[in-house]
This record gives sequence, C-alpha cells and structure tokens, in this order.
Amino acid sequence: MPTYRILDQDGVVVDKDRTLPKVSDEQVLEWYKNMLSVSIMDLIMFEAQRQGRLSFYMVSAGEEGIAVGSAAALHPKDVIFAQYRETGVFAQRGFTLDDFMNQLFANRHDPGLGRNMPVHYGSSALRIHTISSPLATQIPHAAGAAYALKMQALQNPNEDPRVVACYFGEGAASEGDFHAALNIAATRSCPVVFFCRNNGYAISTPTLEQYRGDGIASRGLGYGIDTVRVDGNDILAVYEVTQQARRRALENGGKPVLVEAMSYRVSHHSTSDDSFAYRARVEVEDWKRRDNPITRLRKWMEGRGLWDEEKEKAERSRVRKQVLAAFARAEKEKRPALRNLWDGVYEEVTEEAEAQIQETKRLLKKYESEYDLTEFEGGIEGLEKKRK
Amino acid sequence: MKSRVPLSPRRLVTSVRATIYPRRPYSTHPPNARLNLPIDYATTPLLAHTPKSSLSNPELPQHVRDSKTTRQNMFQAVNSALRHALSTDDRVLVFGEDVAFGGVFRCSMGLANDFGSERVFNTPLSEQGIVGFAIGAALEGMKPVAEIQFADYVYPAFDQLVNEAAKVRYRAGTTDMHAGGLVVRMPMGGVGHGALYHSQSPEALFTHIPGLRVVVPRSPIQAKGLLLASIACNDPVVFMEPKILYRAAVEQVPNEAYTLPLSKAEILKEGKDVTLISYGTPLYNCSSAIAAAEKDFGVSVELIDLRTIYPWDRPTILSSVNKTGRAIVVHESMINSGVGAEVAATIQEGAFLRLEAPVQRVAGWSTHMGLLYEKFNIPDVVRIYDAIRKVIEY
Repeated sequence: MPTYRILDQDGVVVDKDRTLPKVSDEQVLEWYKNMLSVSIMDLIMFEAQRQGRLSFYMVSAGEEGIAVGSAAALHPKDVIFAQYRETGVFAQRGFTLDDFMNQLFANRHDPGLGRNMPVHYGSSALRIHTISSPLATQIPHAAGAAYALKMQALQNPNEDPRVVACYFGEGAASEGDFHAALNIAATRSCPVVFFCRNNGYAISTPTLEQYRGDGIASRGLGYGIDTVRVDGNDILAVYEVTQQARRRALENGGKPVLVEAMSYRVSHHSTSDDSFAYRARVEVEDWKRRDNPITRLRKWMEGRGLWDEEKEKAERSRVRKQVLAAFARAEKEKRPALRNLWDGVYEEVTEEAEAQIQETKRLLKKYESEYDLTEFEGGIEGLEKKRK
Repeated sequence: MKSRVPLSPRRLVTSVRATIYPRRPYSTHPPNARLNLPIDYATTPLLAHTPKSSLSNPELPQHVRDSKTTRQNMFQAVNSALRHALSTDDRVLVFGEDVAFGGVFRCSMGLANDFGSERVFNTPLSEQGIVGFAIGAALEGMKPVAEIQFADYVYPAFDQLVNEAAKVRYRAGTTDMHAGGLVVRMPMGGVGHGALYHSQSPEALFTHIPGLRVVVPRSPIQAKGLLLASIACNDPVVFMEPKILYRAAVEQVPNEAYTLPLSKAEILKEGKDVTLISYGTPLYNCSSAIAAAEKDFGVSVELIDLRTIYPWDRPTILSSVNKTGRAIVVHESMINSGVGAEVAATIQEGAFLRLEAPVQRVAGWSTHMGLLYEKFNIPDVVRIYDAIRKVIEY
C-alpha cells in the first residue's frame, strides 16, 4: 500500500498542483511548539531517570508528528485511548508541563494518585482514558466506547456526533485484541479511528519478525475497514489524513477507519532498554539526520518565512526553562495519602480492605522506625477515611 | 423428577445435537440409594413454591411484597431482569454470541425484537472482543451486560477482566473513569454431561481479583434480584448462572422489579451445631444432606448461601461459626485453592477459639470433568452428609 505524504524530507510540497489542507500559521506554530516541547521534555526526563530521580520514562522521539498532527485533527470532545508513546497527543490536547510532571513524579496532584508507572497519563477533562501497560487491550475498548458514543448520539439528538481515536504500535497489532477489536468495530459499525504507529521496532523485534504481510494497513481491508497509510514524519499529511478519517468514521451512522503512520523509533524503547544491543548506531544516526517530523516541519515553516534560527533558539530556551521549573515544582510535592493503596479498588472500600487498613495502621505505629511516612500526605493520618 | 438441561456445545451443528443424548445415561441412581437421590426441585425447601412463601422474603421491598408472582424458571427470571433493565435504562446494552435470537439458553428471548438490534445484538465469536468492547462501552457511561456463552470460554477474556475491568477505576484515580456499568454473565457448573468444556466453575479465579464482584445465584428469585443489583452496581460484576438450574429450578418469582443486596450472605436455615456454607447448585444437595443428617444424628445444621463470592460476607459467616463451632464449605469447583480455602482460612482466623472440629471442604476433586465421571467428581449428598458426620463425631 503506498504511503501518503504532502511534504518531502526537505519540507517541500511534493505535488505542487494539489491544494494543501486548510491550516493557519498560528496552528502550524502551535503544532511545532508542541512537538518541540515534547522532545525537550523527553530529553530532560530521560536524563532525570538516568540520574535516578524518577523510576521510568519513555520518549517519543521521531513520533511527535504522528501524535500532535492527529490530535490536532480531532474534535476536543472526541475520546482518546493511547498506548504510551503518545505524549504529543496529551500536549496538543492541553496537558500542561505541570500535568506531565505531577504524573511522572507521582505526587499528590497526580490524577492516578501515585498508582501507575510514569508516562501512564490520563485526563477526564481532556477525554483521554488512563494509559495501562498491557498492550492492545485499549483497542477493543475504543470499539466499545465508539459504540457508546454512537448510541448516545442516537438517543440524544442534541449530542454532537463524536469519534474515538485509538493509538497503538505495530507490535501491539500482533495481539489478539487487535483482531478482536477491528472485527467487532466493523460488524457493529463503530465510529472509531484506529491509529497504528509503525516505527519499525517492538522493543528489540524488527517488523520482519512481527509480520510478513504489507504492514498493518493491508489487514484493514480484510476486516472491511477503510484504510490509509501515511508518512508519520509529515505532520501536514497526518493532520489531513486524520481529518478525513474522522469525517469518514461518522458517515452513514458510523464506521471504523484504520490509519497506519510510518515512522522510525529514533529512541531506545524505554529507559530500561539499550537499543544498540539489537540495532546499529549508524542506522539510528542516519534516521535522525535524514528525517524527523520536527525538522521537516521546521524546514517548511522556514520556507514560508514563519520560523528562523533566532526564533528556534529562543523557543528552545523558553521551553527548557519551563520544563525545569515544572520539574522542580513537581519533585518537591508530597506523595498522595497512603489510603490510596486501597481506595478506588471498588466504588466503596470493602469491609475486608478496611480491616487491612487498620492492620497496616497497627503495624506502622508499632514499628514506627521501620517506615518513612514523611513523604506521604497526612502521614499515618492519611490512612483515615476521606471526608466527603 | 430428573432435570435435564439441553446443552448446545456451540461448535457442534444442530443436526449432530440430537446425538449428544445417549440412550444409556452416563450415571444412574442405584435402586437402594437413600442419600444420593435426584434433587426434587418440586419440593425442595430452597425454592418458593407458593406466592406466599415468595413474597414473605424480608429482603424484598414492601411494594414488591404486596404484588403478584409468576411461576418462572431461572432462564425466565434472568430474562425478566434483562427486560426490566433494558426498559428502564437507555444505557443498558445486551450482547454476546448468539444473543439476538434468544441465546443458546433462552435467556435473551424476545429482547432484540422488543428493544431493537442496536441494544440487543450478536457479536463476532471472540470472548476477548466481547469483554473488551463491553469495558469500552462502560468507560463511556453505558451499562453493558455482556454474555460469555459458557464460563468454560471466559479465559480468552481473562486479561480484559483482570488487567482492565478490575483495575481501571483504581488506575484512573481522580479522573473517575471506570467500568462500573459492566456485568459479564456466564452459564457455569455441571450439567450432567458437559464434560471438560461445558461444566466448569471458574469463580475462584475471579475471587483472587480485587476490583471484580463475583455473584452466583441459587434460584430464579435470586437470579432476578442479584442480576438487577449487579446491573445497578458501580463496580464490574462477573455474574455466574448455574446452567443446570436454568430449567430445573422453578419458583414463584415476584413480577415487580427488585434488587437483592450484593456482598450479603443469606441464612437459608438456622441451626446451632454446624454451619454449612455453599452457593449455587450444591445448595440443593446440602439441603438434602442436612435433612438426612438431622434425622440420623439429631443435629441442627445452619445453611448459608454466600451469594456474592467476592467481596464476600465475612461477618455473617464468622458470626454463624462462632455460634455453631463447626463449619463445612461446599462447592463444585476444584478443592485446590478454591473458594473453600479462603472461607476455611478466614474461619480459622476469626473463630479459632470456638472451633470444635477442623473446617471441612467438600468440593470437586483436583481433576478435570471427564464426561463419564461427573457424579463422582461433584460433591453429592453422601459427601456432604459424611462431612456433617465427621465434624460432629470429631
């Protein structure tokens, strides 16, 4: 399946005869700044993990364009399910640097209440469901959520039709949940855009060991799903394709669309991975130098007189300062109260859990010197029931 | 009256189905048997045979107790619960494999017709897809009642139930996004000839999962009230229906809608010497065994239905055992790491000074349900009767 692109690697429009997607200069500048911000935060946080200041991190170098470009094309009320390498989706939707840092440092402002590993973001205000580690489980969720939105729009004519966008990597697409989800989304005509980030690797496994068909896109047709492959380093193409996918997903009462965005995972898989154990450094350097979504858009903006070296320098320094400031604020905040270990398992804390809370309290008191509660909000009192 | 639940192994075509009823039964009742007699569902004290006994249930709200009843079996009671939920709440969706034509056990009869194919529908044959789809719908505010055709086929959806449904509220924290509207129904348990993959009772696998509620009703009245409570509940519920009771258990079920409390055990018969704890189908064998034992040994046995297997009603069980001093736990599924292990350990902790005999576990043996051997595998009246003898003679 051919790969759709608008800009080439030098930021030049490939087909001069075609009309470009309607995008204002302000929009493009916003996308660029969001991509830059994600990439700068990634560098700082990767380093912070290396210094032991947070337990884990995953960068999205090389894939900022897929995340920011697709999120920009969605309606703010559309619902999103992500895998974990979609930091740009959060940034584009309005997640602030403080929001990122609070989750990464699992402090008392973390919506996940310190329960999840770093990078497992979520936001009800931004309509992005909290990320979970098991791969591909979110894909059938997206189908079911899209069906829910479709039913709600049917039952309430004042409700605007909405879609669900679901992100996953090409490795996750090997899971049974991918198959289950695309099939049920097709048979139930769910308004959902499945968004596959094909970056060439699932940890150490290259795509040659992941599949032998024509990538992920070729599978969509087998499920009866409209499918397109797009150059993931070309944010204009990603934006246009997502916009069209969203429009189609809402046609005739709803149907799924599959987008495969091609890119390259420039970074290590995570802070727990050294990718030079399974791929040549030169290959990575080559990709970095030859092509990435940030420099491609920058070249295009420079060609239109929107950006220059001076602006670049100023923006980089501004973002860097902001990231470091948010970092410092988040790092010194207290941890959430200890009761959050049990709270939230069920809607109400069970009799069994309440007994375990009391037993923990007894132990913490009796062996006071064995435990450090100073970081936790309220210390031992943080075990008490929250007043509603 | 021998019960026979038609069983449709879904991977057999209909024309072959006739041949699954052999001319020779797989197991028989010896002519001189006194204990191991077939359960007489028409007379068992566990079912409400008259409107009066049905409506005397103190757990029912007064307006229901003042209303009328209809004789229903368990699949009909499940059907009326689903019908009530669909007609009173637009958020309720009913789906699964072969649900649209009424379901292989008739539980969804007429629902697609009355509520439309958008709300009652077939899914592709994929359990992980069914549960994953249901979680997604619940996450966006719907109340999906998903069906897994047999509990034996829930394992492809295990990841979705354990890692997703059970954990989503917890991990979502203050975003308050959760799958609380979710109910996953599945027929469970022995049916006489279900063999390895139409007999299983996997409830213990789910009682190890904080975040899930696991419910097993024993009768039509219970099925209706507990299913409506499960649909109303804001936590995900695994609702397991003993399929041998779908047609066998018939009682007078209140016509009005009502809920019965979750995580609350029910004392079915008071007693002072032994506490017998069970749930689902084995309760009927327990009842027969108690009748024989009370006559033969002059003891008084208390019978308790757990109803919700997790989170379960520990105070009711502990208070009973602290009164009687002896306890027996009975279930169909394997004894190893079964529900009995958790209940017995809790009793040992919570009633140690009152125990006059070791807690007995009467359960399926640690093996698979070979076709011919069900009668020797599932706890029968003899095994329960013998356990009562053991604890009083200890």
